[in-house]
Amino acid sequence: MKTLTKKNNKSISYAKWGYIFLIPFFTIYIVFSLVPIVSTIYYSFFENYMSGLKQIGPSFIGLENYKSILFESDLPKYAFNTLFIWIIGFIPQIVVSMTLAIWFTNMRLKLKFTSFFKTVIYMPNLIMAAAFAMLFWALFSDIGPINNLLIALGYEPYSFMLEIKGTRGLIALMNFLMWFGNTTILLMAGIMGIDSSIFEAAQIDGANAWQTFWHVTIPSIKPILVYVFLTSLIGGIQMFDVPQILTNGSGGPNRTSMTMIMFLNKHLFSKNYGMAGALSVILFIVTAILSVIIYNNLTEKDSNLSNTSIKTKGGAK
Amino acid sequence: MSIQKLNKIVCYTILILLSILCLFSFYLLIVNSTRVHSQIQKGFSFLLGGNFKANLNNVLNNKDLPVIKGIINSLIVSAATAALATYFSVLTAFSIHTYDFKYKKLAFTFIMMIMMIPPQVYALGFVRWMGKLNLMDSLIPLFLPSVASPIVFYFMLSYMQSNLPKAVVEAARMDGASEFRTFNQIVIPIMKPAIAVQAIFTFVSAWNNYFIPSLIIRSAENKTLPILVAQLRSADYLKFDMGQVYMLVFLAIIPIIIIYIILSKYIVRGVAVGSVKE
Repeated sequence: MKTLTKKNNKSISYAKWGYIFLIPFFTIYIVFSLVPIVSTIYYSFFENYMSGLKQIGPSFIGLENYKSILFESDLPKYAFNTLFIWIIGFIPQIVVSMTLAIWFTNMRLKLKFTSFFKTVIYMPNLIMAAAFAMLFWALFSDIGPINNLLIALGYEPYSFMLEIKGTRGLIALMNFLMWFGNTTILLMAGIMGIDSSIFEAAQIDGANAWQTFWHVTIPSIKPILVYVFLTSLIGGIQMFDVPQILTNGSGGPNRTSMTMIMFLNKHLFSKNYGMAGALSVILFIVTAILSVIIYNNLTEKDSNLSNTSIKTKGGAK
Repeated sequence: MSIQKLNKIVCYTILILLSILCLFSFYLLIVNSTRVHSQIQKGFSFLLGGNFKANLNNVLNNKDLPVIKGIINSLIVSAATAALATYFSVLTAFSIHTYDFKYKKLAFTFIMMIMMIPPQVYALGFVRWMGKLNLMDSLIPLFLPSVASPIVFYFMLSYMQSNLPKAVVEAARMDGASEFRTFNQIVIPIMKPAIAVQAIFTFVSAWNNYFIPSLIIRSAENKTLPILVAQLRSADYLKFDMGQVYMLVFLAIIPIIIIYIILSKYIVRGVAVGSVKE
């Protein structure tokens, strides 16, 4: 009624349209995400699995699933595998991406064909991880082209899939290849967003390229760097397709390449819902903490440097 | 000047090496998809073989691998995902951008909060819930959830803030257009560039998705391409025709590569735009 008493009594409240247009999003979110999230948490407190053909549970057991997944399963080992493989992929990724981002944005260097290079290095990011892993498996298998090449060059053949270093190395290499192009573009966007007068000031003060990099570029793109680091870590925690297909779900020699999501997948397939629930909740909490850090990092008050927001895809998968 | 030149040579060398690293496996994939099993086993070649058609026929006629069905399923899921995710994300962003209502801030904060939750962490609840809804072994759970895509929403909202002045909406109202009509006929066309970029990304990620489909899909006729690729890996490879393996991988990724080569300029720009807010 308020609207009618205003001067312009033709004015209509459009607020209801705001709600109406939100209905599809929230309906679908509640049905396909919120209900599953809540029920996942709920399942985590129940003993509920198949023993042979016999169904055990569901019966409420409180935090027992958490106890057994944290202290009695091989989860610590798989968490170590996941982080280790992520780190050996991420270190070259950030070094190479930073180098390329600086080269591409360096006006004095005047590199040609940069759009070609950008196109090529981003390409692996779009490839189906399952197919990419399958391809690498075919290339690096005992009778694959890479081993043929090694023999032809006079080296001993190397069983990549039977060696811990070989399997982990291949997964890390694939993660590197899939994500360094994306990271390069993000860092470039960050560097191009820096006010050029800061660079000029540094130049006038007589800073060399290295000093400019450490004292101007790095601090200026710190929010983007933190963002890249944490989204890649979140992506790393989700690592699944590549190791799953490469090792056919076995996690490589003696499960040394088994990741946390592969472990979750195993519980889901064996219908051990209690354990799968507890593992999911643990992963959820870790991801949530990292997300909150990203969010705070990006909304840092009054910083015109915090201009990153959202990458269209997650981190390294 | 000579230092400058040396620098450039170093840069180009490294860039070329990285490009080769990126392209090498795809090149080998294409070459091997044209060769017969025995040639592939003999080793490496940089030359195309003459067996492309035979490999293609072998894969398409392989009774254990419903490839055609897989391509169709993947196309349905990816196209539906792209359409739903972009249309409804623009709609959601339009609501937050244009209207003033009481719980607007709350709705926005909620969407921002859920942005980083990966589907893997609620896969358990999702799969069991789909069982109860009778949606197991169906394609619907693979695309319908994309109506609520927080990341796409956020991209649309950022784009809208710099490209959709509220005056445009008001002008449409003056002309007597309903809110819904304004959205479909004024807002959607203005948002086309953003929709195009996000349509590509959502299409590609749906095309490549493996984790959730592998838990939902059971029967051969509903399998999508990533599941078929994974199935190939678990087959006994000693008995397997490697020409077919490379051909299936070729079929799974070539459509995306072709789209990318045509649209790469926009995609690369889209990644950068998506990451930098005005």
